[in-house]
Amino acid sequence: MNFVESLRIALKALGANKVRSALTMLGVIIGVAAVILLVAIGTGVQQEITGSIEGLGSNLLFAFPGNFRGGPGGGGSGGGPGVAIRKQFTLDDAQLVQRRLGSEAIVVPVVQAAGVLKAGNRTVRSTIAAANEQGDEVFNATYVYGRHYNRSEYATGARVLMLGATPARELFPGQNPVGRDVTVNGERFVVIGVLSERGGSLSGDQDNQVYMPATTAQRLLGTRAISSIIAKANDADRIDLVKARIEQTLRPRFEDEFTVFTQEQTLGILSSLLGTLTVMLAGIAGISLLVGGIGIMNIMLVSVSERTREIGIRKAVGARTHDIMSQFVIEAVALSVVGGMVGVGLGWAGSAVLARWVPTQVTWWAVALAFFFSAAVGVFFGVYPAWKASRLDPIVALRYE
Amino acid sequence: MENDTTRPGEDGASAGPCRADVVLEAKGVTKTYELDGVEVRALCGVDLQVCGGEMLAIMGPSGSGKSTLMHIVGLLDRPTEGTVTIDGVDVSRMEPNELAAVRNKRIGFVFQSFNLLARTTATANVELPLVYAGVPAAERARRAREALERVGLGERLLHMPNQLSGGQQQRVAIARALVTEPSIVLADEPTGNLDSRSGIEVMAFLQQLNREEGVTIVIVTHDANVARHAQRVVEIKDGRIVNDFRVEDRIDAEAELAALEGASAASGPQGGEGR
Ligand SMILES: Nc1ncnc2c1ncn2[C@@H]1O[C@H](COP(=O)(O)OP(=O)(O)OP(=O)(O)O)[C@@H](O)[C@H]1O
Ligand SMILES: [Mg+2]
Repeated sequence: MNFVESLRIALKALGANKVRSALTMLGVIIGVAAVILLVAIGTGVQQEITGSIEGLGSNLLFAFPGNFRGGPGGGGSGGGPGVAIRKQFTLDDAQLVQRRLGSEAIVVPVVQAAGVLKAGNRTVRSTIAAANEQGDEVFNATYVYGRHYNRSEYATGARVLMLGATPARELFPGQNPVGRDVTVNGERFVVIGVLSERGGSLSGDQDNQVYMPATTAQRLLGTRAISSIIAKANDADRIDLVKARIEQTLRPRFEDEFTVFTQEQTLGILSSLLGTLTVMLAGIAGISLLVGGIGIMNIMLVSVSERTREIGIRKAVGARTHDIMSQFVIEAVALSVVGGMVGVGLGWAGSAVLARWVPTQVTWWAVALAFFFSAAVGVFFGVYPAWKASRLDPIVALRYE
Repeated sequence: MENDTTRPGEDGASAGPCRADVVLEAKGVTKTYELDGVEVRALCGVDLQVCGGEMLAIMGPSGSGKSTLMHIVGLLDRPTEGTVTIDGVDVSRMEPNELAAVRNKRIGFVFQSFNLLARTTATANVELPLVYAGVPAAERARRAREALERVGLGERLLHMPNQLSGGQQQRVAIARALVTEPSIVLADEPTGNLDSRSGIEVMAFLQQLNREEGVTIVIVTHDANVARHAQRVVEIKDGRIVNDFRVEDRIDAEAELAALEGASAASGPQGGEGR
């Protein structure tokens, strides 16, 4: 009996057991689609976050007040959980660092705070991100309208600001806001620029920001402190040297009460956090795979007695062992492959749909793993009982219960 | 013995060695089942010879081991002890696949419980042995249709087993047994699910097959009347052969049918109910 004949027998048998075939396929589909989807979410989130950090530039250093490397914790403010901030950075510290580094790096003081923006009768809650005139060197910003604030605006603490894409859209839908007035926490500002959308759904916060000179922000907030100092090394290879210089500069005044992270370290910390997320998602995916697998197994095992009798009938009228085996292998492979392909399609489509809310990235290893695991379960539980039954005497198979 | 060609239809067989070749033979066959440590002896040392071209009935009460014996000589089951030979070849020497080929080419089965594939059309069920014989699809379909027409199911070609009556399922099973044109047909209670007229029709059919095509036929039955359609009867009781005799007053099913026709024709202008 040739392959075409075996194929025909297998397809007929599948057709004769539509419910069983459909349920088996469903098991494969669920397993495959769930794994693809969950891994896509995990990978997507990870890529988006690391991407947005890398997008800031590859040779950045971040100096924060407070000791992040351990030591006694406390109820500090703004320094991250469990880190006490005894002494805040000021603009002078940033200037000192800039002077020490000279042309090695661009140093930018950063002030961050919450702010309420109003224009006409529209209100938006946003984040104030203040820096100096070199701010867009580190933030890699591009403009839809207008420009960055200049040196003299920084020096005088002028009431000018640039809107991120979100507040621009919310406050001035469909208009060019340059030259218009906006109040921030009750004080009047003039819009001088609008940043283009950075995109990315998770980092939506990056678009919901307003940018102004740090001097202006300090006056607005009534503080002399700055949140952090960011330095961009001109030569990525000398980043460790730059880091050492910054530490040297800050140590006399702050001793151990500050921390300098390189981009790499920041990514490292994030990766370990995101790694946990991915492991969790992979765990859930594994469970779905298992559930799908158990579903397949159940259906196959429930139908063993009927299928064993079927094998008995076939053997009684002259089927040889390999006729039986090729029929069952083809059946199982067909179900697994079709189910797997539908699952891949569904997982893929699901990822595409979900991408509107959560970043997703379909990965090949997840597709391959899910597909082969489900297929293996399907083929094993489809073929193994058949193999056992095909070795019985026909009458034993016929009488099987 | 050797020079005697098979002459189907003649009452040639007698107890003991056949006049013609022995096609199936059981020697000292026992079959023991073990259930929870208790031995159930379905057959205890059965010697049976089935001669080429004869029509043999295995008769006995329920549970006497008839089906078990039929399955063993039909190469579906293995004896616990003893040997089974087909055309003089010891079956225990054959590979399972060789046995499958022998069943496929030479033996047609009609099972007591039909054993049709569920959710599969009558035609596809009848085609099944031809599939494994490697017959091309078009020829299969034609032969299956012919076989079904022969058993009077030409109108039910695409019915599933659960859309057929018990008797109709029985006839599908008979069509499946005949479609390969086997030289041996083993039928377990072939009339068991039929009304008496259909039963007689099936017996006529089997007698015709035996007489005109020389097919060796073994019928298993508990009914002495059915057994009398055969040339020879082997009586079995509690797993032992207790009697083996030639039928003296063999019933010709055709004649029986003709008598029925006559009776119904005579019973009145309405035609009678065909009993
Ligand atoms: N698989 C089995 N396991 C245990 N006992 C069995 C098995 N098959 C048959 N038997 C026993 O063997 C004996 C003979 O059974 P068999 O089916 O051959 O009877 P039978 O003569 O065909 O009866 P019937 O006319 O009712 O079909 C019975 O007592 C039965 O219980
Ligand atoms: Mg029986």
